[in-house]
Amino acid sequence: MPDMLTEVMRKAGHEMVVCNACRYCEAYCPVFQAMEQRVTFQPADLTYLANLCHNCGECLYACQYAPPHEFNIDVPRTLSGVRVESYESFAWPSFAAVAFRRPWVATLVAIATGALICAPIARTFSRAARTFQVREADFYRVIPHDVMVMLFGVVSLFVVAAIAIGHRRFATIADLKGPRRSKDVTSPPRQDTSPRRSATIDVLTLKHLHATGEDCVDAEEQRRPWRRWLHHCTFYGFALCFASTTVAAIYHAFGWIAPYAYTSAPVVLGTVGGLGLVIGPAGLLMLDRRRDPALTHASERALGLAFLTMLLLTSVTGLLLLALRERPYMPTLLVLHLSIVLALFITFPYGKFVHGIYRGAALLKFRREESV
Amino acid sequence: MSVRYDVAVLGGGNAALSAALTAAERGAHVIVLERAPRAFRGGNSRHTRNLRCMHAAPTDVLTDSYPEDEFMADLLRVTGGLTDHTLASMMIRASADLPRRMSRFGVRFQPSLRGTLHLGRTNAFFLGGGKALMNSAYAAAERLGVRIVYDADVVGLCIRDGRFESAEVQTPHGTESIAARTVVLAAGGFESNLDWLAEIWGEAAGNFIIRGTPYNTGTVLRLMLDAGAEPVGDPSQCHAVAIDARAPKFDGGIVTRLDSVPLGIVVNKHGDRFYDEGEDYWPKRYAIWGRLVAQQPDQIAYSIVDAKAIGRFMPSVFPPIVAGSIRELGSALGISAGTLAATIERFNAAVRPGTFDHHTLDDCRTEGLVPNKTHWAQRLDTPPFHAYPLRPGITFTYLGVKVDEHARVVMKGGLADNIFAAGEIMAGNILGRGYVAGVGMTIGTVFGEIAGRESSDAAGRQTSHA
Repeated sequence: MPDMLTEVMRKAGHEMVVCNACRYCEAYCPVFQAMEQRVTFQPADLTYLANLCHNCGECLYACQYAPPHEFNIDVPRTLSGVRVESYESFAWPSFAAVAFRRPWVATLVAIATGALICAPIARTFSRAARTFQVREADFYRVIPHDVMVMLFGVVSLFVVAAIAIGHRRFATIADLKGPRRSKDVTSPPRQDTSPRRSATIDVLTLKHLHATGEDCVDAEEQRRPWRRWLHHCTFYGFALCFASTTVAAIYHAFGWIAPYAYTSAPVVLGTVGGLGLVIGPAGLLMLDRRRDPALTHASERALGLAFLTMLLLTSVTGLLLLALRERPYMPTLLVLHLSIVLALFITFPYGKFVHGIYRGAALLKFRREESV
Repeated sequence: MSVRYDVAVLGGGNAALSAALTAAERGAHVIVLERAPRAFRGGNSRHTRNLRCMHAAPTDVLTDSYPEDEFMADLLRVTGGLTDHTLASMMIRASADLPRRMSRFGVRFQPSLRGTLHLGRTNAFFLGGGKALMNSAYAAAERLGVRIVYDADVVGLCIRDGRFESAEVQTPHGTESIAARTVVLAAGGFESNLDWLAEIWGEAAGNFIIRGTPYNTGTVLRLMLDAGAEPVGDPSQCHAVAIDARAPKFDGGIVTRLDSVPLGIVVNKHGDRFYDEGEDYWPKRYAIWGRLVAQQPDQIAYSIVDAKAIGRFMPSVFPPIVAGSIRELGSALGISAGTLAATIERFNAAVRPGTFDHHTLDDCRTEGLVPNKTHWAQRLDTPPFHAYPLRPGITFTYLGVKVDEHARVVMKGGLADNIFAAGEIMAGNILGRGYVAGVGMTIGTVFGEIAGRESSDAAGRQTSHA
């Protein structure tokens, strides 16, 4: 099958052979530690290693073979290219892989789709609602609760299925369950009774962005915590927003109907989460502007920018909606916000969001290999 | 001539930056003249990985202990006693505290616990290797206000009566004269000067590969010897290992090494074996194979293994030359197929029965051959056969300038007034021959610090007299 190797996969294979002969970077991160367990590098191995990589940059600046050296080794950039190719190859349905190559088009199409679904629904029900006395800030008069639940329920089921199938494809290729060590490796395994627990902590703390005890570089000899903290803002901001929706759904089931007070759990969770989801993506977008272009493949960079923009649009429209929910243009804002949230959901399996799924899976495999 | 520096450092590797940082920390106004462009700064230090440190107890970066006596014994063993005992003891004692002292400049070390490093007891490993070390050092130098000039080729030294006055420096912007109260020579050896190598080894030198920087052409060393510096170290010797012949002419670094030799046989271009491939563990023997290959016709040899060995050594970054039969392999390598087949037939017939174990000095050997293979000898009988071409890879040269315990250069007429040296350019004082892993970086750091301290003090005395 070597004829079918893509350019970036071929380059990654070559780079890992050079890296494995050098090994100077072995104390930086799991990519090199996992690499040392292997002698040859098939596309499956490269896919696993690429998804372990957190794209920090330490190994590029430390590399005696980095460009302009004729060996032209740039591991962070090459592996980021392999990552995007792996996202494409795992996409379900397969034709949707095109979204990874055209992230901005995918974003616009998704928002337009969201609007085409939400706007007519809103128009229908608002017209009906006009005959009643409209209670202020009542979103369900614009789009009824059951319609909203059905709409997002169907989309979520699809999204979960698409992500699960992608994960399954990755698991099959990368042999996630079966740890693999070459016969000549003499390093003693470390005791880890619960790889799953360790990997979860690795994910939740972004351990490998500061595993050496210091933050990783974001430019040569510049070690700052911002990338890690802004990612935390984004991740936990999203988690809080998700928690807010979940609590609201439970309230609703028990008959406590929205709108909720500004001091209620759903609103507080949503507001704090929403602020995190403004600060995180906005900060990461700003960091991107001064990030060394040598560190990331253009394809992955575009995916990241599109996803961050989508998250930022979600949080900004959500907070606006909260602030202006008693104004007459609330219905328009609601439709806008729901269209964007719907678009965000639809694009989850076809954008940067999947990095979390595959990175988490790769980190778990790494912990398992380490504990063999 | 508007600016006069306290200390001019000629060179841009670890020794140079150690001197520059130490001097700048003591308040000296320092300029570093690095011949390489920024991307290739750091001399051979950018290819290094660790330094050797004595220590009485385990530390965060070193396991167990490595006492002073043992370090000295290792040094005496590899140099055969060709070392200046005073300087060597000074260096060994100063090495104990190096990781801690270097860390104040942001240099980071690998934790000692991890992995397969058999050198973890004697050597402290730079996190990310030598280029990462140099990145930290340069960043620290910039913070301390050291002026760093890249692409700066020192082409002349103005020295009068053992006193340095200025250096003539060529840069892409023209030629400039840099005046300084003191100078630190840290510009390495001459291993990448192909003409100089040819003066010693003749035409053979054309087939040598230089493992490190192309910028160590020995210009500063030559200028100093011409100015009357006392030489030290054998001028005709260099450290050479056998590396893959397809390595780039310069700067191939660590990855061009080849570990297959003890698992098979090595033949020259005529198809003849010429040395015991199984004499000892490869890490203990690979440094003699550079000279062995250099002594063969056209300075080329071929390591040949059969299918049994594949997977038992780290694959080269270059693909093996593969053949289904010995005859086919001979023609692929351009060796007379008949001779190669005869060599391997004789070898196979001489292999005695034994239990193969490439992790110990096993009992698999040949009998009745010249030369015999004394360990790991197995018949070459299982295709496919793999071959790797070998050439001598030059690491460094031994010739340097003599220094005293203050890193002050010894001139023919006595001590130089304000000229100090550190690193490869004076390593011959301690390392008259041979090599032990990481000692070059220890010499560079320790004498870099001494040169930085002494030069800034000397510059300070001049200022107070003025």
